Amino acid sequence: MTTKTISKKAFKEFVNAIIAAEKVIGVQAKGERFDFAELTSADDLRLDYDVTLQAPKKYFLPPCETLMTFEVGGGYQSHIADEPFVLLGVHPYDVVAIAQMDELFSQNNADVHYLKRRANATIVAVDVVTASKNVFASSMKTATTRTGFDILLTDIGNAYVMEIATEKGRKLAAQATATVASADDLAKRESIWKANEKGLNKHPLEVNPEYLGKLLDKAYDHPVWEEKAATCFSCGSCNLVCPTCYCFNVQDDVNWDLKTGQRGRAWDGCLLDGFAKVAGGHDFRKKRADRFRHRLYRKAKYVPAKIDGQIACVGCGRCVGACLPDIANPVSVYNRLVDDLGIG
Amino acid sequence: MKHTLYQPINARIAEIIDESPTIKSFIVVPETEFKFETGQFVELTLPGRGEAPFTPSSSPAVTEMMEISIMKAGRVTALLHECAPDTLVGIRGPYGRGYPVDDFVGKHVYIIGGGVGLAPIRSLFLTLVDRVGDFKSVVCRFGARSPQDFIYKKALFGPWRKLNGVDIELTVDQANGDWDDHVGVVTSILRPDDVDIANAVAVVCGPPIMMKFATKKLLEFGFPHDRIYLSMEKNMSCGFGKCGHCMLGKYYVCKDGPVFTYDQIETYPNIWD
Repeated sequence: MTTKTISKKAFKEFVNAIIAAEKVIGVQAKGERFDFAELTSADDLRLDYDVTLQAPKKYFLPPCETLMTFEVGGGYQSHIADEPFVLLGVHPYDVVAIAQMDELFSQNNADVHYLKRRANATIVAVDVVTASKNVFASSMKTATTRTGFDILLTDIGNAYVMEIATEKGRKLAAQATATVASADDLAKRESIWKANEKGLNKHPLEVNPEYLGKLLDKAYDHPVWEEKAATCFSCGSCNLVCPTCYCFNVQDDVNWDLKTGQRGRAWDGCLLDGFAKVAGGHDFRKKRADRFRHRLYRKAKYVPAKIDGQIACVGCGRCVGACLPDIANPVSVYNRLVDDLGIG
Repeated sequence: MKHTLYQPINARIAEIIDESPTIKSFIVVPETEFKFETGQFVELTLPGRGEAPFTPSSSPAVTEMMEISIMKAGRVTALLHECAPDTLVGIRGPYGRGYPVDDFVGKHVYIIGGGVGLAPIRSLFLTLVDRVGDFKSVVCRFGARSPQDFIYKKALFGPWRKLNGVDIELTVDQANGDWDDHVGVVTSILRPDDVDIANAVAVVCGPPIMMKFATKKLLEFGFPHDRIYLSMEKNMSCGFGKCGHCMLGKYYVCKDGPVFTYDQIETYPNIWD
């Protein structure tokens, strides 16, 4: 691990050099908001963004992808995307989300389609400069991270502190004109970390996130599920924007010749009607309240059991902004349960 | 190109058997050897139409073919019912955890099944009778809506009942014709002295409502929670613990099941609905 400092001018040159060499996905303005998109010039990069519309998961698990093509009678041909790319400007909470997905897609039965994309990615993270209006990463302990990236950038005013964490990061950073970070630069970074660890908290969670699983053990029949879900549209927007939601459907598409086609997968969402419905019509989560509850149990109880207790909500706040009836905010539900059920 | 977990192998439908008004059995011959353990499931593909999960109903000892009984219940199953012999399909798997038959050795095996739930049970039954001497007894209590709705009628109404070490009783919700066995739901024919509970395991497979009440009955009889084996049903898409559909608490039914012991899942509310 090496820590360097790169001036903003040199950083721009560095980014343009990478763009010339390989595919770069970077954060850019989209109207008044921000999103990840292919970067063609360092001038378009906005590392001062607050939050992106979509989580970077789409570069590892695209909304739609072809898993294989087939020909009736001719068998199946798997398709595995194999293009290196640099993902530039990932906030720490999204880095944590990607690390969780990495674990889920590699444990037990490894998902080659996901893992190949992931192996092809070099992740350049950036510490948050502007807090978004709904972020609560400080509550979820994901406001900063020391792992999960190849390079971490921290904006210290006229320059970035650049932490090079992996071999991939070292290769990329070889193109940058940077100096060894001074003690003063590191102190500046330390104070930014300290500030973010407290300050990215527009919706403070009243308990330590590790406690949420225990809280939910007592909460299955609490009235909050029915109350909140009463205005749920079952639109799945909360699933769509969530950096840790990864459910998908496997489905076939046939071509016009009726002989060839593709098997693909497409994102699905547990809030959508019919997500748990089986052939014959039985629906294991028929009511909106069942599906609403499932999402919050999944984030704080079910998925944590698979990933060493990590809570599968990283506090990005995207769902809070995406939910039209304003019911998706996990903190408002969890805090309500804390208030009603206590922490004893 | 690399072979992935999503990629099926080709298989040919060799024969189709009409089992009941809504259920057909498909004898499928994979182009390469395909092994499975009883109670595991496969994803069966109709190329271009889609795929769905099924537990084979044949014995895993037979490796050159596989029998899959399919109820016409949804889109893919309706299309499969329209297929003719010689249709090319795909299979991938096997997936999940099946019945731990070796753990049943030396015990009474008490099997409760209903409807198309007899499909996985047939595979288990054939596995057990192959080595019937290893078990104290194989006691089956099966139900169907009507006599016509029973699958595997030929075996069930005749040869299976004559096997040594095997005790089978059948019931239907509604009798007709010359039915002279029980009438009523399957739980109505379960008796606490069907097996020596201190030395038995129970296996339940059927529609969720039947499984719920059969499990309740077994608990009333005093069956230990870790000796009730349940085949759980859920919507499954990928088949191996990635796509998120079949989550049951911390488990994925496809990967950690479909066979669970009751004690594994009893703390989760609403496991049946």
